[in-house]
Amino acid sequence: MSKQVVQLHRVIIRFAGDSGDGMQLTGDQFTSRTAMFGNDLSTLPDFPAEIRAPAGTLPGVSAFQLHFADHDITTAGDAPNVLVAMNPAALKANMRDLPRGADIIVNTDEFTTRNLSKVGYDANPIEDGSLQSYAVHPIPLTSMTVEALKGFDITKKEAERAKNMFALGLLSWLYHRPTDGTLTFLRQKFAKKPEILAANIAAFEAGWSFGETTEDFSVQYEVMPATMPPGCYRNIHGNLALSYGLIAAAERAELPLFLGSYPITPASDILHELSKHKKFGVMTFQAEDEIAGVGSAIGAAYGGMLAVTTTSGPGVALKSEAIGLAVALELPLVIVDVQRGGPSTGLPTKTEQADLLQAMFGRNGEAPVPIVAPRSPADCFDAAIDAVRIATTYRTPVFLLSDGYLANGSEPWRIPDVDSLPDLRVTFATEHNHTREDGTTEFWPFVRDPETLARPWAVPGTKGLEHRIGGIEKADGSGNISYDPDNHDRMVRLRQAKVDGITVPDLEVDDPTGDARVLLLGWGSTYGPINAACQIARRAGSSVAQAHLRHLNPFPANTAEVLRRYDKVVIPEMNLGQLALLIRGRFLVDAIAYNQVRGLPFRAEELAGVIKDVVASV
Amino acid sequence: MSDTVGLGFPSLRLVPKTTEKQSAKDFKTDQEVRWCPGCGDYAILAGVQSFMPELGLAKENIVWISGIGCSSRFPYYMNTFGMHSIHGRAPAIASGLAITRPDLSVWVVTGDGDALSIGGNHLIHALRRNVNLKILLFNNRIYGLTKGQYSPTSEVGKVTKSTPMGSLDFPFNPVSLALGAEASFVARTIDSDRKHLTETLRAAALHEGTALVEIYQNCNIFNDGAWDPLKDSEHRDSLMFRLEDGKPITLVDGSRGVVRAANGSLEIADVAEVGLDAVLVHDSHNPDASVAFALSRLSDSMTLADTPIGIFRDVPRTTYDSAFHQQLETAQAPGRGDLGALLTGSDTWEIA
Repeated sequence: MSKQVVQLHRVIIRFAGDSGDGMQLTGDQFTSRTAMFGNDLSTLPDFPAEIRAPAGTLPGVSAFQLHFADHDITTAGDAPNVLVAMNPAALKANMRDLPRGADIIVNTDEFTTRNLSKVGYDANPIEDGSLQSYAVHPIPLTSMTVEALKGFDITKKEAERAKNMFALGLLSWLYHRPTDGTLTFLRQKFAKKPEILAANIAAFEAGWSFGETTEDFSVQYEVMPATMPPGCYRNIHGNLALSYGLIAAAERAELPLFLGSYPITPASDILHELSKHKKFGVMTFQAEDEIAGVGSAIGAAYGGMLAVTTTSGPGVALKSEAIGLAVALELPLVIVDVQRGGPSTGLPTKTEQADLLQAMFGRNGEAPVPIVAPRSPADCFDAAIDAVRIATTYRTPVFLLSDGYLANGSEPWRIPDVDSLPDLRVTFATEHNHTREDGTTEFWPFVRDPETLARPWAVPGTKGLEHRIGGIEKADGSGNISYDPDNHDRMVRLRQAKVDGITVPDLEVDDPTGDARVLLLGWGSTYGPINAACQIARRAGSSVAQAHLRHLNPFPANTAEVLRRYDKVVIPEMNLGQLALLIRGRFLVDAIAYNQVRGLPFRAEELAGVIKDVVASV
Repeated sequence: MSDTVGLGFPSLRLVPKTTEKQSAKDFKTDQEVRWCPGCGDYAILAGVQSFMPELGLAKENIVWISGIGCSSRFPYYMNTFGMHSIHGRAPAIASGLAITRPDLSVWVVTGDGDALSIGGNHLIHALRRNVNLKILLFNNRIYGLTKGQYSPTSEVGKVTKSTPMGSLDFPFNPVSLALGAEASFVARTIDSDRKHLTETLRAAALHEGTALVEIYQNCNIFNDGAWDPLKDSEHRDSLMFRLEDGKPITLVDGSRGVVRAANGSLEIADVAEVGLDAVLVHDSHNPDASVAFALSRLSDSMTLADTPIGIFRDVPRTTYDSAFHQQLETAQAPGRGDLGALLTGSDTWEIA
């Protein structure tokens, strides 16, 4: 029986359940099918740091939000249209984000007195009328799954665990998602467990059929594919795009990639990913600690590898002294910081942008390090390549500042043509570069390229280039130990001038009407919410311009000029105003900082309200 | 002058050989050596510089890496590639270099503070991994560069600037520590004994994997005479065991020897009483590390009585770097990866 099909332009679905309910996998699968279908999309996984917090409790709730549309979107959405709540905790934890009228699909099997009281419900919210302003769909997901799998030779527990596939089947029906990909995925995942495979497929199909037959859902929805530039697309997470960016950069540099790393959330996936690609000569080294992670990378860089270390904020703190060494040695090194909530252990699985000043200044002495920040999950690919370009061209450590939202969020990515990627080939020193007074020649490790101020990359094994470098101040040119006051002053300024002189593209401004007097300035993962907020504000009649910084050190050459064009500059950040501090200090611009540190991306509607108020005030 | 053809060091078979005649002079730099006059480091530097030609390696393929401390100035004085890094981190940096560049001979110079305090973690992990590194640990039982605080090898009760009433913490025994950390090569030698130092360096260089060589070194400014009992000709022969493979483990003067006690541990007995046949014969290649460990426990950290000198342990074990490159080769055997295919993956869609 076919039901009425309603066309929608966009939908936001949030899957929420216990940590063990498989919500991330369910969300991922729904996302993959949505991507294949051709919608634009953006995702936001939101899960606890504990692997399995106590079952049925609020801290154990794991959620996955997907925003998909028939047009270009840049955020995972503010408020879900549909909440799938696998237990009372999932319902309670997510109610405050739900707008009235939203659909709520609840697994009634889990709404037992005990589970309800665990999260402080005195009465069952499905029955007490408290959800009257929502469209509640009470479905006994667990028992229906178990019933559907009666004939299979599996345990009751195994049958119950397939309930996420039942839910996925139902949602796939409700939103007209293609099913082939999910079936292929299940066949791969359970290739060695045919009985479990058959059960999962049966659960998925039962969920689909339930949608078709139940009277609870009178309509089916459809979101048509979005119009995107022509090309071949895939869906990609930030950490994967970043890993691929590093591999691609190494290929284009014709250098072996070396990663020295210590596991830390939310950066570990980069270590996992790169360790799979030995086929590309990628070398990964799981070190004994964060310091050894960066230390081994410095050793590899000295040996002529494209060296990378990956971590999150607490790891950067531990690596700081070694990063200072890399500044002094002037060796190429990429430091990936996938930022998370801080200080200290903070919020390991939540996002934040509060490491900007740590990256900028978190070392002893004057130790400038360039900073590159991706703006979206797919953009991590290009940002990684750019970080490598700067590191190898200028022989310097470079910070690549991603964050938890970019790392785990995903979006469609137009796969680039390999030949279109930049040529990153480097030249190692092979010859003497200094002539003594007596006419003989020798190698000086700190002679600089007049244009880039980079010193030679002279790797061990190169005859005649034997030399010693170290963390002690070096004489300009010869690199010998020097405590000379004027030499130190010169070397400090030279290292600074080298970083200040890095070529970065100009800051672009998006100002469709051309008459905006307010500029929204951001960096990193806030691009999506700021962009969405600007669009909302513009639709409501406010003129507003948007600019987004990829390079935070050095800033683009036209930054001052751009800032001066506007009466007001608003800087939204997921910290307490770190970019705002830099902008005020560097450009004497009285920027307005708008800050949140909730461990979650900004909500576009809220930012749009801020824009409206500022625009009204000028 | 040493033979530049070399001994055919199997641990260094991937390192290019020199085509030139080398001498100690070739390993000296034009930098003024800035250790205090009379420092034990001078003797070690001279010993290393005269040993280097024996390796027969291309000079540019030798790298010295150090941390912080007096000993860590060493690379500046070696005319090879070198890096004077940061406190305690030399084994980590050297690991990154040695793993990625099997064509290099990588040496680490460190001290008791650098290796055992701030860098303790890196040291033990380098040893257990067995990366092809040679670590020379200059032990003078004091912090020299920071001007005289007690170190992790200082004897209990040591009065220093930071411990006016005497130090409280129990010292590490670097050899015991290394053996506990799964080291495949552990030796001890003395700065002033050039012949023994050279023999020990040779054995370390021959070894495939991480070699730890503890060198008793005198700081004549802040801890002068720390090892004097083992150096002064009047007493040393009655205090020191020389570990030599195939030979009974006796004090140099032969008076006492190491025997098995009834409870299974080692003890020291009068040779005249028990007879030379009862004395344990040294075997550094013994797969069981427990005898080497027991030997390392004989010495008294206060009086230095019964201190063994020589190679405690020298056993073959797969090196991290060789296994590492084996995995890379296996992965690439069917052919190198195709970047375009990687980026494309398997789940794609076309938009026309």
